[in-house]
Amino acid sequence: MNTKKRAIWVFGDYRNYFQNRVTLQLLAKANDLAPKISAEVCAVLFGQGLDQYVAEYIAHGAQKVYVVEHRSLKNYSVEKYAVLLERLANNYQPETILVGATSFGKEFAPRVAKRLGTGLTADCIGLEITEDGLLLQIAPSFGGNLLAEIITPNHRPQMATVRPGTFQEIPHNNELLGEVVRLPIQKDLPEDRVRLIANEHQAQRDQRIEDAPVVVCGGRGMGSKKKFKKLFDLADLMGGEVGGTRPVVYAGWLDTDALVGQAGKHIKPKILLSFGISGAIQHTAATTEADFIIAVNKNPNATMMKMADVAVVADASQFCTALIKGLKARIQT
Amino acid sequence: MVSELPWDSKSGTLRRDLAEGMMNPACANALEAAFQIKRRYGGDIIIITMGPPMAEEVLYEAIAMGADRGVLLTDPHMAGGDTFVTSYTLARAIEKECPDFDLVLCGCYTSDSETAQVGPQLAEELDIPGVAYVEQLEINNRTVRMQRLSDNFIETLEMDLPGLVTVTTQANAPRYPSLSGLETAFGKPDISILGARDLGLAPETIGVQGSPTKILDVYSSTAKKKNLIMKGTAKKIVDEVFEKFGDRISGAIKKDLKTHYHQKKP
Repeated sequence: MNTKKRAIWVFGDYRNYFQNRVTLQLLAKANDLAPKISAEVCAVLFGQGLDQYVAEYIAHGAQKVYVVEHRSLKNYSVEKYAVLLERLANNYQPETILVGATSFGKEFAPRVAKRLGTGLTADCIGLEITEDGLLLQIAPSFGGNLLAEIITPNHRPQMATVRPGTFQEIPHNNELLGEVVRLPIQKDLPEDRVRLIANEHQAQRDQRIEDAPVVVCGGRGMGSKKKFKKLFDLADLMGGEVGGTRPVVYAGWLDTDALVGQAGKHIKPKILLSFGISGAIQHTAATTEADFIIAVNKNPNATMMKMADVAVVADASQFCTALIKGLKARIQT
Repeated sequence: MVSELPWDSKSGTLRRDLAEGMMNPACANALEAAFQIKRRYGGDIIIITMGPPMAEEVLYEAIAMGADRGVLLTDPHMAGGDTFVTSYTLARAIEKECPDFDLVLCGCYTSDSETAQVGPQLAEELDIPGVAYVEQLEINNRTVRMQRLSDNFIETLEMDLPGLVTVTTQANAPRYPSLSGLETAFGKPDISILGARDLGLAPETIGVQGSPTKILDVYSSTAKKKNLIMKGTAKKIVDEVFEKFGDRISGAIKKDLKTHYHQKKP
């Protein structure tokens, strides 16, 4: 019998605020899954100066943290980190490895999976445990219109990436205890074949509505051109873009290039906020790839309300005002 | 439209035979990057695709645009593969058809599944350096210098050839086929068609059989939506939205929100 305790590993991605957040969200999900297979939840951290993250991950549910700290790991390196994680996984044989679907994670995880000879499911929106104790990976497929349930029956570890914001983190709890396992850097790590020449942190740049993580869409239900302008305030607060339906473009409330529809822009935001839009097929066809839809309409039977995750029955303009106020009160500066 | 394709519930895979014939948008950017490299530094462009026989159309299109040669990997045994076996199959084809390659260019993801996994895994299979999501690249002797945006960092990276790059849709504007290109494509285009046996690949190592991941079920994504209806005063609903979905909103807007966090557990 294998006496080693089963483990679910979460890769500690921490370079940006949202990267660190997705790590906490994955720790929460791992805590949710672990009891079902009697596993422990472990975080794996590479880099330099990691003490704050070690403490944070334990306070968010990591029962064990593997830490490899060295100045040669200071900058994120896909190759070096992949070799390190491969070796650790071969050594400790976790059941599952979860990685945040950040730009880094989406390049890093496939390489780790390939090196370990195992499967990997991208951008899971749900993770469960099957009756057989396997990781059930639920992921959008085929342009987001379909969800697939995927398992990795015969290969270990089972690997999945998850986009930031998919799961809810466990509240910070300083009373939680965890074991810290500090591992030395391996001497025989291969040289980086990809060399980092420059690395400049950039908060924002002009984004296209097609790539925006948040899109605020408005229809005639906003009431007037003046009220429609509030959507821009909301989008600014959320770092998003404003789009609209054809009637709104015809009415001159919005530029033509912001038309969201079959003949306009197709969007795939993490969150779509839809204000006063009934949901003609020409519009909805371009929004099916949105991860999460909050629709606001006086009419609960509008098509857009039916296809939303959250259907708010209210006056679109009034709700927009309340949402702006609510966001301003909550955003930490 | 790929997104409107039917799912084959019996085999548990996408009926890609109905999807092909249209070049994946990001791959068109990768091909354009190849044309720009060829114009500046010379070289031969070989375009490789894997899919049902109809996928050959993509090769005609690429040759009409200026590619020198095409390779179609098609075999019922290759069907339904995940990214693990897809990258394996592509690597073996590259080793056979163009072992002396300098640079492999891939679209950063496909418009149907968007896993973005094949490029990085192909770099592992070929044991060459690889960089994903590249927006600009230039070549100096045997060194490629690249720029990309990765998690809000603008990274400038270098690697020596041979190497692999995946290209974003923001990298360039793909061209249209020229008239003389169309003549070439419809004349005698140089296209090789290879199956599993030609590559010496055992059926159990490729396609749906060889894939470590297995698809159990597929359903419409709207079927699982909860469609939560919220009523009441605007303020009350706003509070409820943040209470239930604060994490999701915080993740999407990349800002910390004051919600229930950091409160002591009762």
